[in-house]
Amino acid sequence: MTQQKILSLNGLSKRFGSVIANDAVSLELHKGEVLALLGENGAGKTTLMNMLFGHYMPDEGSVDVADEEGNLRPLALGHPQAALQAGIGMVHQHFTLAENLNALDNIVLGSEPLRMLRRDRAGARAKIERIMAHTGLTAHLDVPVGKMSVGERQRVEILKALYRDVRILVLDEPTAVLTPQEADTLFSNIGAMTREGLSVIFISHKLREVLAFSHQIAVLRHGVKVGEIATADANERVIARMMVGADTQETPREAMEPGKPVLKLENISVVGRSKRDTLENVSLTVRRHEILGIAGVSGNGQSALAGLISGLTRPSGGSIVVDHIGITEHHPQTMIREGVGRIPEDRHHDGIVGAMSVAENMVIERLDDPEVQSRGLLKHDAISANADRLAADYDVRGPGVNARARLLSGGNIQKMILARVFEQNPKLILANQPTRGLDMGAAAEVARRLLEARARGAGIVLISEDLDEVLSLADRVMVIHDGELIEANTRDREKIGLMMAGEMA
Amino acid sequence: MIRIEPRQAPSRLMTLGIPVLSAVVALALAAIPLAFAGAGIATAYQEMFKGIFGSVFAFTEMLTRATPLIFTGLAAALAFRARLWNIGAEGQLYLGAMAAVAVGAGAVDAPGFVLIPLVILFGCAAGAVGMAVPTVLKSRFGADEVVTTLLLNFVILIFLQMMLEGPLKDPMGLGWPQSPPILDQGMLPPLMDRMRVHSGFIIALVAAGVAQFMLVRSVWGFKLRAVGENAAAARHAGIRVNRSMMSVALVSGALAGMAGVSEVAGLKGYLTADLSPGFGYTGIVVAMLAGLSPAGVVVSALFIASVFVGADSMSRAMGVSSYLADLVVSMSLICVLIGGFTARYRITRVKPLRGEGA
Repeated sequence: MTQQKILSLNGLSKRFGSVIANDAVSLELHKGEVLALLGENGAGKTTLMNMLFGHYMPDEGSVDVADEEGNLRPLALGHPQAALQAGIGMVHQHFTLAENLNALDNIVLGSEPLRMLRRDRAGARAKIERIMAHTGLTAHLDVPVGKMSVGERQRVEILKALYRDVRILVLDEPTAVLTPQEADTLFSNIGAMTREGLSVIFISHKLREVLAFSHQIAVLRHGVKVGEIATADANERVIARMMVGADTQETPREAMEPGKPVLKLENISVVGRSKRDTLENVSLTVRRHEILGIAGVSGNGQSALAGLISGLTRPSGGSIVVDHIGITEHHPQTMIREGVGRIPEDRHHDGIVGAMSVAENMVIERLDDPEVQSRGLLKHDAISANADRLAADYDVRGPGVNARARLLSGGNIQKMILARVFEQNPKLILANQPTRGLDMGAAAEVARRLLEARARGAGIVLISEDLDEVLSLADRVMVIHDGELIEANTRDREKIGLMMAGEMA
Repeated sequence: MIRIEPRQAPSRLMTLGIPVLSAVVALALAAIPLAFAGAGIATAYQEMFKGIFGSVFAFTEMLTRATPLIFTGLAAALAFRARLWNIGAEGQLYLGAMAAVAVGAGAVDAPGFVLIPLVILFGCAAGAVGMAVPTVLKSRFGADEVVTTLLLNFVILIFLQMMLEGPLKDPMGLGWPQSPPILDQGMLPPLMDRMRVHSGFIIALVAAGVAQFMLVRSVWGFKLRAVGENAAAARHAGIRVNRSMMSVALVSGALAGMAGVSEVAGLKGYLTADLSPGFGYTGIVVAMLAGLSPAGVVVSALFIASVFVGADSMSRAMGVSSYLADLVVSMSLICVLIGGFTARYRITRVKPLRGEGA
C-alpha cells in the first residue's frame, strides 16, 4: 500500500424528499488499499456508492479520481459511463449475470463495440486467463453461469470488472451470500489484487471480516460518517460502538407491568429457501403492555419471523398461540381475526394496493365487517367517512382519500397503515422496520403510536435493524442471528452489537 | 436525451379521450392501404358509414355482430383486471355452444320459459368449467395460464369436431358436421321482425352493467381489483388470492360460454365448427380498447363490430379486400396501447449534462 491518493469523495450529500440519505460524506482511497465501509442497513452505504457510480446525482459535493498518471481529476457525476471510463467497477450484492451464457461471454458482454462483427474470443480468453493467474480468482469459462455455485458466480462478476481494467473495485456485501470457506478464498484473492495495485472499497456489516481484511475502516450511521480508523488501531469494541452509536435519545415512556401473554411461539421452525427466511427452534413470549424488540442484522431470519406472525409463512414445526388460541390455519385472515395488527416491512409492496384509493386501502383488512359492507356490497359512504376520520386522526396528508394510495409519500403511507392497524385495537402488533426510510417527524409519530398501543394493553413485537430504535422502545430485547433468537438480558449496546454480529452466543 | 417518467395522475380527459383519438387515428392510418388498393378514400369511408348506419338492417347487423364481442370482451376484461390472463375465451365459447345444443336441441322438452334459462345455465356452466381447469393448474402447479388457456382452445376445437361427427351430429343434416337445431321455444327471441338482432344483445348489455356495478361496488370486485393490482398486498391484507382468482375465472369462463350460447341459440340455431370467426380472440382486443372497463367494453365492442360490418360492405361496394377491417382493428389496438402509454407517462427531452465523456 502506497500513500498515492486514487479516489476522493468530497462532502457528498443526498436527500430524498425530507430524508437525508447522505450528509456531507468525505472519503479517501489510496492505491492498493482496502477500505471497509461499515454501517447498519439504511446507514447510507449504498446511496454513497450509487453516487460514485453516477446512478444518483448528489445534491452537494464532488468526486475526484486519479487518471493513469496519478493526477486527481474531477469525475462527471450522474453518468455511469464516466465512472466506468475512470476505472471504477462495482460488484453488486445481487449479481447481474446472464445465466444462460457461459462465464467467458458474461465477462466480455458489453465491452465489445456493437459495430464489430467478428469477436476476438481467443484474445478475450487469453486476457481473462492472465487475470485469473495474477489474482488467483478461478472460474470455468465455458460453463453456463446458471450452473455455477454462488461463490463462482461472484468470481465471474469480479473478473468481469477486472476485465474492464478497473483500478477501483467496489464490492457490495460480497460475503453475504458466501460460505465462510468461500469468503476466506475471496479475501486472499482480494489480497493478491491489491498487491497488483488495485484499490478496493468493501461494504459490509460483519465486524470480524472487516477487521481481518481491510486497511482502513469508515463507519456510516444515519447518513453521516461517524468515524474512520486504521484497521491496525481498531478492535471489535471500538467499531461496534461506532456502528451503534453512543448516544441514547430516550423516548419518554412510563414503566409498565407486563400482563398476560398475547403471543407464544414454542419451538417454531421455518424451512426457508435461504437463510433470510429460515428459523430454527425459536421460542418467545410477548405479554400485554410489553414491547419486545428483535434486534439483528438484516437477513438473519427476520422475514421468517415476520411472515409467521403475519400469517404468510407456514412453520414446519412448533406452535403459535395468540391470546390462548392455537393457530392452526396459517393465513393473514386468521391472524387479523385473532386481533393481530401487522405493519409490514415493505410498505409499498405488502402494505398498500397503490392503484386503489386511500379510502379503500384503509378498509382492505376488514372487508367482512358490516360497517364496510352489507350483503357483499360496499358501503361507499361509510368507507369515505371512515377514511376522512382516520386521515384527520392520524394526520395522513396527500391529494385526498379518493386519490390512489401510491400518490402518498412514504411517511403518509406508513401513517395510513398505522391508522388501519391501530383503529382495530389489536391485541398484538407486529411492527417490522416501522420507521425505515421515514423522516424524523414520521418516525417519532410511529414510536408514539406504538407506546400508546402498549399503554392500552397491546403486546408488540418490534423488529428493527436500528438498535437505537429497539433500545428506546423495547421493554425486552432479543437478538436474532442465523435463524435463532437469543434473549439479550442486557441493554448494553456493545454487547448487543456483538450478539448481532454473531460473536457472542 | 429523452426521458420517460410516470405522470402523477392521468387526467380524466385523457383516459376518456385517448381511446376515441386512437380510433380516429387508426381510421386515418387505414386510408393509406386503402389508397394503395386503388379506392377513393372519401367514397370508401362513405360506403363504410352507410354499411353501419345506412339502414335499419345495417345497424341491427352491427348490433348482432357486437353481441358476442361484448360477452367475450367482458370475459377478458374481468379476468385481466385480476391479472388472470384468459386467452381461452374462444374455446370457452365453443364449450358454451356445445352445452347449449346438448340441452336445447331436444334432450329436454320444456316450454321456453324453462328451456331458455336452462340452455343459458348449461352454456355458462360449461364455459366456467373450461376456465376453471387452467386456473386450478395455475394455483396448484404454477402452470402459466396464458399457455394453458391458449392451447386448450385447440383441444376444445378438436373435441368439438369429434362431437359434431359423433354424439352431437344432426341425423337429418345430410352428413354435414353440424348439430341438430335448438328447439324453437329454446331460441332467444328476436328483438325486431325480419332482423337478425336477438335478445342476446340485451343480455349482453345487462351483463356489462352488472359487471361494472360489481367491479366498483361489491366486495367481490374490490378483492378482484386488489388481487390484480398487488397480489402480495392483497394476501397480506387477508384476501384469499386463489379463491378470488377462481371466482373471477368462473365468471370469465361463464361470460365466454354465454357468447357461444348467444351465437348458437340467438343467431344460427345449430352448431358448426365455424360458429365463431375468432370472437374469443377479438374479445381480448375489445377489452384492451376498453381499458378493461366493463362499461367501456360495450362501446369498444360496438366500435369493432362497426369496423367489421362497415368494412364488409365497403369491400363489397368498392371491390377492396375485407381484410382491411382486420387492419383497422389492429391499428386501433396499437394506437390505444401507444395512447395509453402516453397517458401514463410523460416523455420529456433532457438536456445532456456538460462535462460528459471523462
